[in-house]
Amino acid sequence: MKSLADLEAIRQKTINKVNLRNENEGDTRIVVGMATCGIAAGARPVMQAFVEEIQKRNLNGVYVSQTGCVGLCKFEPIVEVYLPGKEKVTYINMTAEKAAKVVNEHIVNGNVISEYTIGNLE
Amino acid sequence: MELVRSHVLVCGGTGCSSSHSEQIIEEFEAQIKKNGLDSEVKVVKTGCFGLCALGPVVIVYPEGSFYSMVQTEDVAEIVEQHLLKGRIVKRLLYKETIEEDNIKSLNEVDFYKKQKRVALRNCGVIDPENIDEYIAYDGYKALGKVLTEMTPEQVVETVKASGLRGRGGGGFPTGIKWAFAAAQPEGQKYVLCNADEGDPGAFMDRSILEGDPHSLIEAMAIAGYAIGANQGYVYVRAEYPIAVHRLQVAINQAKEYGLLGDNIFESGFSFDLELRLGAGAFVCGEETALMTSIEGHRGEPRPRPPFPAVKGLWGVPTILNNVETYANIPVIFLNGVEEFTSIGTEKSKGTKVFALGGKINNTGLVEVPMGTTLREVVYEIGGGIPNGKSFKAAQTGGPSGGCIPASLIDTPIDYDSLIAIGSMMGSGGLIVMDEDTCMVDIAKFFLEFTVDESCGKCVPCRIGTRRLLEILERITSGKGTLEDIDQLEELCLSVKSSALCGLGQTAPNPILSTLKYFRDEYVEHVVDKKCRAGVCKALLSYKIVADKCKGCSLCARNCPVNAITGEIKNPYTIDQDKCIKCGVCMNNCKFGAIVKE
Repeated sequence: MKSLADLEAIRQKTINKVNLRNENEGDTRIVVGMATCGIAAGARPVMQAFVEEIQKRNLNGVYVSQTGCVGLCKFEPIVEVYLPGKEKVTYINMTAEKAAKVVNEHIVNGNVISEYTIGNLE
Repeated sequence: MELVRSHVLVCGGTGCSSSHSEQIIEEFEAQIKKNGLDSEVKVVKTGCFGLCALGPVVIVYPEGSFYSMVQTEDVAEIVEQHLLKGRIVKRLLYKETIEEDNIKSLNEVDFYKKQKRVALRNCGVIDPENIDEYIAYDGYKALGKVLTEMTPEQVVETVKASGLRGRGGGGFPTGIKWAFAAAQPEGQKYVLCNADEGDPGAFMDRSILEGDPHSLIEAMAIAGYAIGANQGYVYVRAEYPIAVHRLQVAINQAKEYGLLGDNIFESGFSFDLELRLGAGAFVCGEETALMTSIEGHRGEPRPRPPFPAVKGLWGVPTILNNVETYANIPVIFLNGVEEFTSIGTEKSKGTKVFALGGKINNTGLVEVPMGTTLREVVYEIGGGIPNGKSFKAAQTGGPSGGCIPASLIDTPIDYDSLIAIGSMMGSGGLIVMDEDTCMVDIAKFFLEFTVDESCGKCVPCRIGTRRLLEILERITSGKGTLEDIDQLEELCLSVKSSALCGLGQTAPNPILSTLKYFRDEYVEHVVDKKCRAGVCKALLSYKIVADKCKGCSLCARNCPVNAITGEIKNPYTIDQDKCIKCGVCMNNCKFGAIVKE
């Protein structure tokens, strides 16, 4: 290591790996339903797609977490997105492809993809 | 890039390691693999979280779930439920984090709420054996800043302005110490770290070494730049195998990255660091003895002056600071003097780490701003005294410190307030005592320790502490007189004023402070031949209350010396001449008919 820039490069490289351990108010949380019903409907690839996409885009302060059954088993895999200061958005019948889109449109650009949400049913 | 969505942090400090956290880590890795989660969940061995009483401790992120007292059998459940299905295993959560079915953030728990972690900032957060994680948390940034933007004089001035005082116990201003050494003519100088933590019940430095070794390395390099030294030594006790190992790993990593060695950050400044292992003599925590030991001689102190800043290791200017003092240094340069001085009191800046032990619910490691009261530490952070007993006193400063009685529980903890009441900050051991503790016995315990640890070089310490102990033994065995108490006090004062080094000069403190606040207990031992706490065996007697005794003979059958006799269905009696006061009879009696007084 020769310079402060080298040090900063290592910091940047590692920070996303450890950021997970800080609890910040302004974090975005993506919660995937991972009860038996969710797993059976294919929640794992969905969750993996989220993680992969977040890392591909090097997003800071976005975490993927899991939860149990919310009671709407027929709409699994269900994913809830909590953006700081915004209402929770619930996506249903998710797939890995849809997950990538949600990251792109919703998390990065802030546009909820209404056609995937539970509200679109009515 | 690896796909990691969850981190499982397992405490790898000495406390949790001794309750098998190593096996827990292995089990986590095995279970995670079994469930096919090994690409997305990472297990990290960290330093101490502080709540040692509840170890082994496991934290799962991003949820921040705090699992306490985890057993290897529980691991499969955590992996299958929490990591695979996202169901937090409430049964294993630290109970303080659950409130009416809601799970609170760890920072909201009483134990952590009042704490301010500066020296312990990375303990329990990073993997101490991974330099990249330290760098991610702004590690080595302070060193970079110091080497590229500041002159050595500015570094010394900054430390001076921060008001940082030695955390090893003495409380000497760190900046002034550095200035002395920096003012010496150029040439070979040394930077030393005192990691020879020897007080009974103290483990602050060990936890920093185990949890955040790089902060020490960084700070010592900064110190080297400030005073113009190119070599440092960490004197660490060999009884701290985990700390020694992690420190060595950290030094190797820093060398590999060029953060130790020649021409660091191309500034022209070179600094190297080595470990020196101590054999664990208490006196080697004294600065001159420590240096004598590093030089390869028997660890014995020498008179000061000359002070180490002028003539230290191998006769050249040397600075010696404690681990916790160094751990504060990078923070001062990163966040600025102003932020550091905003914590604490007027004359004691920053925070202090305490190893909380004794009769307290939350045994462990706490870091609080200077000026926090003892009451807050004992009742709010420490969770109070177990079994509904009442607080009698707290002992700070180990064998060199003194007792703070219940009447002074609202004393703010800082260097000057503690000295004013006859105790001292010490390195940070804080032992809480309840009504079952005999103050004379406590003084005797610490004197036994100093008698053992006295190096024998000077007469006041070698013979004086021995005589002090003999008087205490007379008092606790019921053979003391009132003259003994006066003599004890007089001898204390002469040892204090005439011993060669800090060990001897402070050895009488436990006696002096207990005499000051608990003299009536000494008098009681001498005059009434009574120990109110029921600790001093020679002053105790076990008696059978005739009204309550049903004559079942259980006590007589259990007595190892056949001191209890009687007839079935009639009250039994204890022969006091035969009784060895082991207490077996009282523990076994079904009717509470045996009392000790």
